[in-house]
Amino acid sequence: MSENTFAYVATSEKPQLPPPQGTTGAVGWARENLFSSPLNTILTLISVFVVFSTVPGIFNWAFVNSVWNANSLDECRALTENGACWAVIRERYHQFLFGFYPTELYWRPILAFVLLFVALVPALWDGMPKRGAALMASMTYPFVAFWLIWGGFGLEPVSSTKLGGLLLTMIIGVSGISFSLPIGIVLALSRSSNLPIVKSLAVIFIEFIRGVPLITLLFVAHVLLNYFLPKGVNFDIVLRVVIMVTLFASAYMAEVIRGGLAALPKGQYEAADALGLSYWQSMRLIILPQALKISIPGIVNTFIGLFKDTTLVLIIGLMDPLGLVAPTLADQRWNGIFVELYAFIAFMFFIFCFAMSRYSMYLERKLHTGHR
Amino acid sequence: MSDVNLAEDIQADRSKMHVSDTDVAIEITGMNKWYGDFHVLRDINLKVMRGERIVICGPSGSGKSTMIRCINRLEEHQKGRIVVDGIELTSDLKKIDEIRREVGMCFQHFNLFPHLTILENCTLAPIWVRKMPKKQAEEIAMHYLERVKIPEQANKYPGQLSGGQQQRVAIARSLCMNPKVMLFDEPTSALDPEMIKEVLDVMIGLAEEGMTMLCVTHEMGFARKVANRVIFMDQGQIVEQNEPEPFFTNPQHERTQLFLSQILNH
Ligand SMILES: Nc1ncnc2c1ncn2[C@@H]1O[C@H](COP(=O)(O)OP(=O)(O)OP(=O)(O)O)[C@@H](O)[C@H]1O
Ligand SMILES: [Mg+2]
Repeated sequence: MSENTFAYVATSEKPQLPPPQGTTGAVGWARENLFSSPLNTILTLISVFVVFSTVPGIFNWAFVNSVWNANSLDECRALTENGACWAVIRERYHQFLFGFYPTELYWRPILAFVLLFVALVPALWDGMPKRGAALMASMTYPFVAFWLIWGGFGLEPVSSTKLGGLLLTMIIGVSGISFSLPIGIVLALSRSSNLPIVKSLAVIFIEFIRGVPLITLLFVAHVLLNYFLPKGVNFDIVLRVVIMVTLFASAYMAEVIRGGLAALPKGQYEAADALGLSYWQSMRLIILPQALKISIPGIVNTFIGLFKDTTLVLIIGLMDPLGLVAPTLADQRWNGIFVELYAFIAFMFFIFCFAMSRYSMYLERKLHTGHR
Repeated sequence: MSDVNLAEDIQADRSKMHVSDTDVAIEITGMNKWYGDFHVLRDINLKVMRGERIVICGPSGSGKSTMIRCINRLEEHQKGRIVVDGIELTSDLKKIDEIRREVGMCFQHFNLFPHLTILENCTLAPIWVRKMPKKQAEEIAMHYLERVKIPEQANKYPGQLSGGQQQRVAIARSLCMNPKVMLFDEPTSALDPEMIKEVLDVMIGLAEEGMTMLCVTHEMGFARKVANRVIFMDQGQIVEQNEPEPFFTNPQHERTQLFLSQILNH
């Protein structure tokens, strides 16, 4: 063979060709995600327009032009044309956090708040050493918190009428959340059980509570309960509200969890039965861990709804953050300052709701043990 | 152990069997079951001796699953008697739990607990039902996982295993309860062909050790090899039962012949 034969097989390794132009890097990403079709292109352009026409304005209002030091709305307005007047928050944030709780006793709700996280650690962290004992210790938290907030037994008592702001939201929200989950589980199990009486009681309760607006229940707590209760028995309005909010949330919780129970394959129940596990053992060890996992998005949804619904208590005269807007406006100096107050309240709620939402996403990822 | 040896062993077993009450593992007399108006099981009579291995076959919908599920009360029968290990099945929950402790079951779709590791799947019942210390339960679980040849998977989750491996775990999980009787409901019919053998091998091993087994399966090779008796069901009745050789070579009943010709020719 002569030297100038053609070779169709490469005699040396050729470098890999780069991917077609425009599929990698910023341009590629944009082309794939933002401009992949005419509709996408239009949507992208509209979004860009919306972002550019709103964000700078909001940013300037909230940060660039805002005023932190002023004694009244008029002073603010004199300092800036179109900036937020955060001075009102600076002056009154403690009210939005604690209501009319005595200033010198602020350390008590703060301590209760910190202890809440300490108490949550064993519940949220399943790899904790000595978790069982820690959980038992966490069980005492409600009593400790109650004592710290309301006082008594050596601490100066504080009346419920003084509670307000985020403190009140947290009291109602946290108690509602922590009691509605177990009650909801019991209701869901009852509704899915074969025992006719247990089942109908659960159905009646759930359907009744779901069929009534929360505001109605709050009015019942506020006004009607006095007629129903024996004379002389008069328990705290905050406690009554907590009970109503808890019952309301448990009915929703029960249905969310029942959805999870129904989603489990029948084989899981059968395998548990066939191994000789008792009803409660199979629920606790096999069924509920899986059903609750399926229900996490719905459960957290209910939690977040409950947390925000606590603002409804302003209707019966409790001073939750929204309820505190009116007294602030009643002050001559701050008359007319709506937006800043509502923005601040929205921000507080957002932090808590967003945290719950993130935690639920983390939990879902962690509990994922591979496809079935 | 070779197949020849096994066959001899089984022959020996058969001749050893005497009929006395303590040797009876399961006795079903005049059992009937209805789903609403639908008469699923009609006058079932079946006596299973300890160490006996029974294969149940029959067309789809003939009530095979329903029958073996009645034995551990996953289904309730309406008429007749079922006595398991000397305990009669009634609606008494204590009796039911007692029987379930002694009867292991493997399902077509494995039904492992997906939120627990393989090891936890195996130790769960011994710990909670038998009240065994965790340590001991884990030792036993590892022993059985070795027997089904997947000890290295102990810390994985069921979702990470193949079908054949999952079914072997399911068998190990039942064995951890040290059952006197094992029920199998089509344990290989959800598996790919190459995984069927690994599961059947485990079941053959169990048979060699003298486990009392009731197995719904269409694996006729398995039936030939290990069964003492093959039962043919149709329309909720036991139509025919016999030792495997005569059952396959010389079926008496027309419906059996039809069924066998269908499954053996495919
Ligand atoms: N829960 C139920 N309600 C009503 N009918 C049922 C129920 N479960 C099973 N059946 C019916 O009972 C009959 C027997 O069912 P079974 O599952 O025992 O059949 P099988 O012999 O195991 O069939 P396959 O080989 O398909 O598993 C079938 O006709 C089935 O439709
Ligand atoms: Mg079946």
